Amino acid sequence: MLLNINNLHAQVEEKSILKGINLQLNPGEVHAIMGPNGSGKSTLSSVLAGREEYEVTEGSVQYDGEDLLEMDAEARARRGVFLAFQYPVEIPGVSNKLFMQTALNAVRNARGQPPLDMFDFEQVAAEQMKKLEMSPVMLERSVNVGFSGGEKKRNDIFQMAMLEPKLCIMDETDSGLDIDALRIVAEGVNALRSPDRSFLIVTHYQRLLDYIKPDHVHVLYDGQIIKSGGFELAQELEEKGYDHLIQAYQEA
Amino acid sequence: MVRIVLTSEFSMTQTTQYQEINDILQKNQHYKEGFFTTTAVETFAKGLNESVVRAISAKKHEPQWMLDFRLKAFKHWQTMIEPHWAKAEYEPIDYQDYSYYSAPECGSCSESCDKALDGKDHTQANQIDPEVAKAFASLGVPINDDGEANIAVDAIFDSVSISTTKRDDLAKLGIIFCSFSEAVHDYPELVQQYIGTVVPHHDNFFAALNSAVASDGTFVYVPPGVRCPIDLSTYFRINEAKTGQFERTILIADKGSYVSYLEGCSAPVRDTYQLHAAVVEVIVHEDAEVKYSTVQNWYPGDDDCQGGILNFVTKRGICEGKNSKLSWTQAETGSAITWKYPSCILKGDNSIGEFYSVALTNRRQQADTGTKMIHIGKNTSSTIISKGLSAGRSDNTYRGLVKILPSAEGARNFTQCDSMLIGDQCGAHTFPYIEVENPTAQVEHEATTSRIGEDQLFYCQQRGISEQDAISMIVNGFCKEVFKELPLEFAQEAEELLAISLEGSVG
Repeated sequence: MLLNINNLHAQVEEKSILKGINLQLNPGEVHAIMGPNGSGKSTLSSVLAGREEYEVTEGSVQYDGEDLLEMDAEARARRGVFLAFQYPVEIPGVSNKLFMQTALNAVRNARGQPPLDMFDFEQVAAEQMKKLEMSPVMLERSVNVGFSGGEKKRNDIFQMAMLEPKLCIMDETDSGLDIDALRIVAEGVNALRSPDRSFLIVTHYQRLLDYIKPDHVHVLYDGQIIKSGGFELAQELEEKGYDHLIQAYQEA
Repeated sequence: MVRIVLTSEFSMTQTTQYQEINDILQKNQHYKEGFFTTTAVETFAKGLNESVVRAISAKKHEPQWMLDFRLKAFKHWQTMIEPHWAKAEYEPIDYQDYSYYSAPECGSCSESCDKALDGKDHTQANQIDPEVAKAFASLGVPINDDGEANIAVDAIFDSVSISTTKRDDLAKLGIIFCSFSEAVHDYPELVQQYIGTVVPHHDNFFAALNSAVASDGTFVYVPPGVRCPIDLSTYFRINEAKTGQFERTILIADKGSYVSYLEGCSAPVRDTYQLHAAVVEVIVHEDAEVKYSTVQNWYPGDDDCQGGILNFVTKRGICEGKNSKLSWTQAETGSAITWKYPSCILKGDNSIGEFYSVALTNRRQQADTGTKMIHIGKNTSSTIISKGLSAGRSDNTYRGLVKILPSAEGARNFTQCDSMLIGDQCGAHTFPYIEVENPTAQVEHEATTSRIGEDQLFYCQQRGISEQDAISMIVNGFCKEVFKELPLEFAQEAEELLAISLEGSVG
């Protein structure tokens, strides 16, 4: 098992948000977390990636045989946890190339691989960018500065492809994307699917899932997973909305 | 379009979410230039009065006109009051508690040293005090004419210039590059023609003090039509405790000439404040261009900035002729207090003034720095890019004036002031003054204040980049627009200085 979340409780600024999450991911599986606004989706992503504002009050998370919660964000990243951001951050004056090469070599170092020099790096980067239909000039531009919403998300997928993580957490990657950008992002994700890489796709809408086709779908409400199922659960939500599920959960 | 006066002030007093950044910043900060040199020196007793002024002049065997200039300035200085309008707090300075002259002496050759000081002896490089030579070597400053360095250096140790390299090569092109003291002897007409024309002796308190007790400095003259093939530079080193350094630098670019001039500075770690009050005058004639770059790394003092350098500098240039250009670039990372406004008087039509600045303050440093762009000629234009970085418990202020006089038809200015706060106990302040007296002027002012974001840090760390690398990367990215204006080696030095000042553990 790659990820084992057990009875996870977390709060931010004294406000309890996650109230006992249980979730298991095996290598190669794609799980979708769906839920209405305020259900705790983004909090779950942030806690797993190691954001410090979130305080875990109860429960445990095992990742690849280790206690994930004991590690800081950079240690998690170096062990293969990747978060695609809902709002990728801008870093003025820092080129995508410098940023990505620094990150990649930090991760490679942790894996015991030698660093890539500029030439090797550029070659690897060019290949990945081509797959994502990204213009090579994107490498020279400052990280996410002046990028459109679609370009930012694509840049995140590019980083994911470069870093070759084991666990990809995608935090509402589909928000703010037009249909073409959505397709390219989804194709990028599909290209990265492999038996030893797992995905946790957090989303409000079903449309990204139409392209990605997750193995499992979980509905998050009020900090708990209230229903799990296969891809058909996503389709059911698309037709009927969250309300009937929430109602059924509250009555139970 | 005329957009007028924006005054903004932004201070941070947030909770301790930045504690970790602060911790990183406080980890073994080193100031690697903090050694001091033990050598035989002649230092005047502390205190300042007319006889001290006369003694400095006598020591340098100065002609009467120079002594007169000093005495006039000293008389005026006595009537002035130490300014405290800058956004920096400091106790009134006891000017009687400083020594106003200090120079290394070599016992074995006192006569030739005297000769060297009065500038008559150009073979002085052979007679540099070995301890002083060692000091410059550890600072990485090439003071010997070994022919390899692609830069000419004037090395100043406390009150005197120790050596000036490459002068013979430069002389072939007609370029004068020597210490200020030598220029007083060898080129009295030029010095008299220009001294005090851009910064008059009565200009301000510190300029008056400098005019009275000026120690040494650099003199540069580039003749008409000559493009100086190498960078000229001065390295200032304050060594003696409780000594003031009052350098006077004059740089003249005659018609159609070009020169790039750099200056670097450092001082040993001392437990008492050292005083530095320099005056720089730059004169740019028709079609000439001057690039003036500074990397200032004076000792900032201990954790509370006790004992650091008090840096009160008046730098000003005049674009005298048509189509002339003066560009100031500065990276200010040192000093306990910095008070400095390199300015351009744009007198010639179509002349251009530029100011690119990175000022980093950490611990309890206080910097009040900026520029003045005075537009007099037609179609003059100026650009101001200022990047202020505040960390620790420091205060970093941008103060700038853009003045468009009625004669400045078609003048343009663009100002961009960006401040970045690192941590939660520092302050960033912006005081732009804009005075427009000609309706055809276009003046633009942009200002931003940001915090080195938790979001940015987290984004970097989530990609596996360490916190220190992330801070260094974000800060250097922030300063990039300015660093790209510095000559290459200087840009690297500036980046390294930032890394050292910020992270402590690097270098």
